[in-house]
Amino acid sequence: MLSQDDRRLIAALHGGFPLTDRPFADMALQLGCGEDMLIDRLQRLLSHGDLTRFGPLFQIERAGGRFVLAAMAVPEERFNEVAEVLSGMPEVAHNYRRESAYGVAGEGSEPLNMWFVIAVARADEVADVVRRMEATTGLTVFEFPKEREFFVELRLPLLEDAHVSHG
Amino acid sequence: MSAMDDLDRRLIGATQAGLPLVPRPYEAIGASLGISGDLVRERLQSMLDRGLIRRIGAVPNHYRLGFTANGMSVWDVDDERVDDLGEAVGRLPFVSHCYRRPRHLPVWRFNLFAMLHGRSRDEVEVQARQVADVLGQACRAHDILYSTAILKKTGLRISES
Repeated sequence: MLSQDDRRLIAALHGGFPLTDRPFADMALQLGCGEDMLIDRLQRLLSHGDLTRFGPLFQIERAGGRFVLAAMAVPEERFNEVAEVLSGMPEVAHNYRRESAYGVAGEGSEPLNMWFVIAVARADEVADVVRRMEATTGLTVFEFPKEREFFVELRLPLLEDAHVSHG
Repeated sequence: MSAMDDLDRRLIGATQAGLPLVPRPYEAIGASLGISGDLVRERLQSMLDRGLIRRIGAVPNHYRLGFTANGMSVWDVDDERVDDLGEAVGRLPFVSHCYRRPRHLPVWRFNLFAMLHGRSRDEVEVQARQVADVLGQACRAHDILYSTAILKKTGLRISES
């Protein structure tokens, strides 16, 4: 598990990393450590997999791109084969096997058990990706585009008794 | 909504794996693209202003933070009320993403999706009960879909051309 110190560092570096000539030095000053030490700690957190990335988080839809959540009901015996097809498609950003906790989802039909995100640079490319996916797998792709976003931000409690505040 | 230009794309390409961990990261990015560090910083600021960049910082690995149970909770909510109630669900501190999405009847009846994150499934299920309390009578059914395998996980891939 991460130390409280590491958690504090990750929380402090959530956003607002400075766009200055020496951003690590400026950040280190705020955190009360040295530039080298900050760089070393980030390097360590990344190499241990505690951080998946350190850098800009893009919101590609603001630039005409599109992320679409989609799902398929994949028969168990074809699960790996279909997962491989999706892995081979550069437009598929994430793919998860998902299982229903209560068995309510998809009742009356095959459950949707493969959930993935289609990511394209231009919104009009989604239809073509879906067509290719359906042609290759012979399965129906159900698209779940967001119709409305209520809230999107990570604010997991990094520190035991405090929620992370985001400036 | 502003279209991306070539420099935006090149900067996305150069930084999508992360910032270089060197004392002058923007200089280093500029050097790799044949432009000045000043121009890199100026343009990243403009991408922040345009909303093309949401934030610059650390992206934690939920699993390593102990949040090993990730449940996609899905809710069948009265169409008349889903927008108001979605706002309320989105304000719950343990909900990281909350969206209204289309139904696909008869296969899929759920129109509100809220991602829940907990240290265990029990914790996620306690959270789901809190969501159910917020939705009250407007909710006809719900389920939680847990991810049981990561089949593919790549960051943003975008062609630079």
